[in-house]
Amino acid sequence: MILADRGSLLRKEKKKKEPADARLYTFYVNPTKILVGQARALFPILLFLAFLLQGEGVFGKRGIGAVTNVVSSTWSAPVRLAHGYLKSKPCVSCFWAAMDLDPDGIFRDDSGSEDDLLQEKEFTKELSVYLVDASPKMFGMVATNEVDEMGETFFHAAVKCISESLKAQIIGRSSDEIAICFFNTREKKNIQDLHGVYVFNVAERELLDRPTARLIKEFSGIEDSFIRHIGSRYWIEPASRENSLYNALWVAQALLRKGSIKNVSKRILIFTNEDNPFGNIYGAAKADMIRTTLQRAKDAQELGISIELLPLSSKEFDVSILYADLLGLEGEEMPLFLTSADEKLEDMANQLRKRIFSKRKVKTIMFVIASGVIIEVNAYALIRPSVPGAIMWLDSVTNLPLKMERTFVCADTGALVEQPRMHFQEFNGEMVKFTVEELAEIKKVSDGHLHLLGFKPLDCLKDYHNLRPSTFIYPTDEDIVGSTCAFVALHRSMVRLQRFAVAFYGSSTHPQLVALVAQDEIISSSGQLEPPGMHMIYLPYSDDIRYPEELQIDAGTPRATDDQIKKASALLRRIDLKDFSVCQFSNPALQRHYGILQALALGEDEMPNVKDETLPDEEGMAKPGVVRAIEEFKFAVYGENHDQEEAAKKGSTTEASKKRKAIYEVALKESASYDWADLAENGKLKDLTVMELKNYLTAHGLPVTGKKEVLISRILTHLGK
Amino acid sequence: MARNKEALVLVVDVGPTMHDILPDIEKLFTMLVQKKLMYSKNDEVGIVLFGTEETKNDLQKEVGGYLHVVVLQDIKVVDDVTMDNLRELPRGNRNGDFLDAIVVGMDMLIKKFGPTNKGKHRLCLITDAQHPVKEPDEGSKADQVNTIGQLMKSHGVRLDCIVVKVKLAMSVQQKAADENIDLLNQFAKNTISKIIHVDGPTSLLGALRTRNISPVTVYRGDLELSSSMKIKVWVYKKTAEEKFPTLKKYSDKAPRNDKFATHELKIDYEYKNTEDFGKVVPPEQRIKGYRYGPQVVPISTAEWEAVKFRPEKSVKLLGFTDSSNIMRHYYMKDVYVFIPEPGDTKAILAVSSLVRAMKEMNKVAILRCVWRQGQGNVIIGVLTPNISSADNIPDSFYLNVLPFAEDVREFQFPSFNNLPASRQPNELQQEASDNLVKMLDLAPAGQEELLKPELTPNPVLQRFYQSLYLRSKHPDAQLPQLDASLLRITGPDSDILSELKSEVDNFRKQIELRDNPKKRRSTKRALLEKPSGSNEEAAAVVKAIDYHNAGPSAVKVEKIGCSNPLKDFEEMMARRDGSKWVEKAIKEMQDHIYGLLENSYKGDNYLNAIECLTALRNSCIQEQEPKKFNDFLHYLCENQKTLDLRDFFELLSSKNITLITKTEAADSDVKMEDAKLLPIKNEIISQE
Repeated sequence: MILADRGSLLRKEKKKKEPADARLYTFYVNPTKILVGQARALFPILLFLAFLLQGEGVFGKRGIGAVTNVVSSTWSAPVRLAHGYLKSKPCVSCFWAAMDLDPDGIFRDDSGSEDDLLQEKEFTKELSVYLVDASPKMFGMVATNEVDEMGETFFHAAVKCISESLKAQIIGRSSDEIAICFFNTREKKNIQDLHGVYVFNVAERELLDRPTARLIKEFSGIEDSFIRHIGSRYWIEPASRENSLYNALWVAQALLRKGSIKNVSKRILIFTNEDNPFGNIYGAAKADMIRTTLQRAKDAQELGISIELLPLSSKEFDVSILYADLLGLEGEEMPLFLTSADEKLEDMANQLRKRIFSKRKVKTIMFVIASGVIIEVNAYALIRPSVPGAIMWLDSVTNLPLKMERTFVCADTGALVEQPRMHFQEFNGEMVKFTVEELAEIKKVSDGHLHLLGFKPLDCLKDYHNLRPSTFIYPTDEDIVGSTCAFVALHRSMVRLQRFAVAFYGSSTHPQLVALVAQDEIISSSGQLEPPGMHMIYLPYSDDIRYPEELQIDAGTPRATDDQIKKASALLRRIDLKDFSVCQFSNPALQRHYGILQALALGEDEMPNVKDETLPDEEGMAKPGVVRAIEEFKFAVYGENHDQEEAAKKGSTTEASKKRKAIYEVALKESASYDWADLAENGKLKDLTVMELKNYLTAHGLPVTGKKEVLISRILTHLGK
Repeated sequence: MARNKEALVLVVDVGPTMHDILPDIEKLFTMLVQKKLMYSKNDEVGIVLFGTEETKNDLQKEVGGYLHVVVLQDIKVVDDVTMDNLRELPRGNRNGDFLDAIVVGMDMLIKKFGPTNKGKHRLCLITDAQHPVKEPDEGSKADQVNTIGQLMKSHGVRLDCIVVKVKLAMSVQQKAADENIDLLNQFAKNTISKIIHVDGPTSLLGALRTRNISPVTVYRGDLELSSSMKIKVWVYKKTAEEKFPTLKKYSDKAPRNDKFATHELKIDYEYKNTEDFGKVVPPEQRIKGYRYGPQVVPISTAEWEAVKFRPEKSVKLLGFTDSSNIMRHYYMKDVYVFIPEPGDTKAILAVSSLVRAMKEMNKVAILRCVWRQGQGNVIIGVLTPNISSADNIPDSFYLNVLPFAEDVREFQFPSFNNLPASRQPNELQQEASDNLVKMLDLAPAGQEELLKPELTPNPVLQRFYQSLYLRSKHPDAQLPQLDASLLRITGPDSDILSELKSEVDNFRKQIELRDNPKKRRSTKRALLEKPSGSNEEAAAVVKAIDYHNAGPSAVKVEKIGCSNPLKDFEEMMARRDGSKWVEKAIKEMQDHIYGLLENSYKGDNYLNAIECLTALRNSCIQEQEPKKFNDFLHYLCENQKTLDLRDFFELLSSKNITLITKTEAADSDVKMEDAKLLPIKNEIISQE
């Protein structure tokens, strides 16, 4: 299996959408094309660049692949080159990388329209540096209450958490870049050559880069070799002048140097269980160290880097000693950072996992409560279907990406045309025309704000009042002070009075009636389960609701008797999922998809065996009590001889199956009279009629749908041509 | 008759008590016919009116009686004539008898289609059901209804009754109305009939299914409780979004005289090699590359097929759980409905007992569903009970799709209780909020629920079909505004708000909102100061004036709003029903521009203002009112210091927006050469 490992080409992914200005867009995509296309001419320069940058290993066996790889790291220079080139060559049609979302359509939703609130747009890329404390204290055991539970180290918890989040990130947010950096290590490895800081990395990857399969694999297994290769050592001692925390921040800041602050957000996440790193030194030396460290943190923050702390501790982690100042926390924000004492490792890991991804809002919405009362809320996409990422079309010979070119062709004259501004709809024999702007104008029935219409009791919101995943809203005082106060007041009233709000969300593309359901906060030992706020539920309109249950109307519709209901109740009690929580299953299709990709990306031969967690619990179902309850229910509703009756029904073949069988036999006979292999060999299949082709397909149990070409290609595939 | 073809007889009460609502009924019918013209051109429609002075129907000729019932149109395929008939229904002056009218409608259907049961036949009755039906010659009214019901059943006719609520004057009528509703309900026993009560124009527009989509099962097969206990079910979609139609792309390249031109644009996709310009890579040489982080893994379709996830078609029960375990906001998609296999008594009983047990115990079921063989994924869904409201409809389940672990993002938000005191409501504020939530009630006890999704039309689609119809008649017509009766969907009802003025005012007073001083963003500030962008005011200023003369775009603009000032301005200028409008429009526009400039922060409104100014200038030239524009520009000039408009005037001169000259409008006293200089000159002088 050959890998097309070309980071640069993938940077195009964000531009899946059709660009407004074709030329501008072309500029964005084409540099690589030019680079690859003119590789021969540029080759010496590239090699030189590569030599300068990478220093070693470029002239390896990977040949041109390696070169493009290097080019990707020197992205900006070729862009300028390419830009100049392109200016002289205007083009009519648009180009973009040949990508399709969800190629097989298995995750395709019938409701395909995109709403701005539905898809979380990645406005910004996120660059994160994980700073993991590796001091001996981190290798202490987490206190566990249960005796039989294996003791685990804090270090293990941090590593496990990071590798889990990396796995999630490579699937969901693969454009984000990360670096992993240990501090308080015996060995050192960093550009500045500072003591006690070790930047972890794997081959074919920059220090700060998107996570790769190899990174995840090697990082997950790092614990075994950590002590041997990297080692743990606490540097901040009275005698030593080293300050590993300071060093770590400096290294992290240097790693985060790339990228403009305008369109990327930069974060440093510190994993530590030491709330008082300078606890064992005293006097002027201590004051000095604290001062310089805080200054270093402040410098980083002034460069737009946010520093976050993920405390691991079995006792209370006191942020006020140092970290409150380091993080720049203000008084009111403090409580959020306190983790409760005596936590189980699992709970701690849970909290880490939740905090490791920063919240990304989808949009800020104005919420018009009444005329003159407008507050501001942020919308978040807490629940959205995860689908496999877009595919890229590659040339099967070279494994290089292809670009897709789209042209508009006039159906009458065959002339190439610019992107049309005019659309039409046939209506009553007329061709009714609208411009693109007019269509947008029709859809714009409101002003983009969320307008409160009124309140209803919660039972007015029926189970079938749903179309799409909900959106979460939480107030913000950023622009309008008082928003939070107004929102909280309404929230409390709604929760107490058991009401939901009906509102109209007038987005320009997809205005919709919505229900706002107030959700109270739910907290468990492992942290917040449900955040407080409101969920915006998209309501159907009258034409979106169907009444299929009314199709079959029969005056003699039977109803269950009390006894039957009693038996059913007994069954419900037996098969009860006590602690069912909504997202306890992972998606088997998605897991398998990425499992296969990971195996292939790492060059493993064996395909992973992904367990399908969604299958019913056979063992539980086979328990005598459950079986008895089912049998009793079955007897109550189906009567005594149900199985025999069913078997009898099956024995007598229905009309339809008889007919199917007859068709099959005819097809088998008919298709036997041709030499299909010979016809296929000589390209004569196209001379046959569709009926004749279908005979073959029916006889071989293949689908018979599609146009003639499709049928032929299906036959060819079946023949193995 | 094709399977999906429908024959529909509209039976409409046009008596005096209906006159108020008739314009909305006309709109509803127009929409109905429009959709039929677009999606089901072969459907047939007949129109019966009752409550008219005159009488015109076959039954009257044949057997006598059936007075005051007029067949406006026999059952025939929908066309323009149908549309025109329905757009202006005659007003009647009699109190109609809906039973007579139903019989006339039935008679039309039976005569036209005879005993054949093919296709769908539907009667749609719209009445306020206020006036008593006359006593039959023999038997009781109820007997009569039964007879008609039997007839309907045997001919497979469906009955939809839309009962419009009107205020009743006398108790006598109340009695009659109750009796009528009972009679209509009686139909439901024998036939597929449905009564919908509507309380106003908005819900009327949503009351009639305007487009018929024949339902298709998503799944037919077993609902497996265990390997030994299975229930035969059919699964349909319960909700599915009706989409904005996809319009074709238009090409004007075809010769003008080509009658057969399709004017369509096709899109061609080509995959090209990145190394070699213009070299098209044929489909068989393409391979799909799947992304894993920064890597792209090429896998051929055949290889992928061999390894990918492939579950068996089945619907299996995982277990039951308390309904409180499933939060409402976890519902992911549109909704399915599980009905027991029609005709299978055992399945109906099994579903019924489960539904009732689940309802009683407040439980839901968790299912794993694979609808089709070969489907590449599974869904986990929550099954909720639905106890049937009608005797002749079996109990059923609804199924909502739940998220997988990968679909949920567990962001953490600060607890409301931990917020600083300044962001938490005090007692008075909480009370004001409680009152607002209590009083702004859309489902008051004893009244019809307002804005029920079942009765709420889609405003965008309504507007599209209106535009479509208008454009098909007048290709150059302006787009119509949103119909006045739909404004109740997009913004609060001004009637309700004015009733609740004290609650709203109290809430406004208690909750102090102000701009964050740290951030100065003028757009938002403008919004706070002037709530005129809100819909409520729009609702107040746009009034429906006359449905008949004005056609679909019944709403006229009387004021320039913030949302679309240019359009409002143009429409006001175009009004010819009074000379004051031009003057008013100009004045309003000037105020609007001044407001924009006044509220501008670092020039962010300048472009808007220039747009408006250009529109004003053009209109002033057209209306020969140059002085109004020139004076205004001078006025701005004078105020430029207070408003800090230096940049604005620079922008003006760069865009060549000048005073109106004599050449452009004869009334102007500005010479060509002075026009451009004047504001600038003034500016220089004022600077010196």
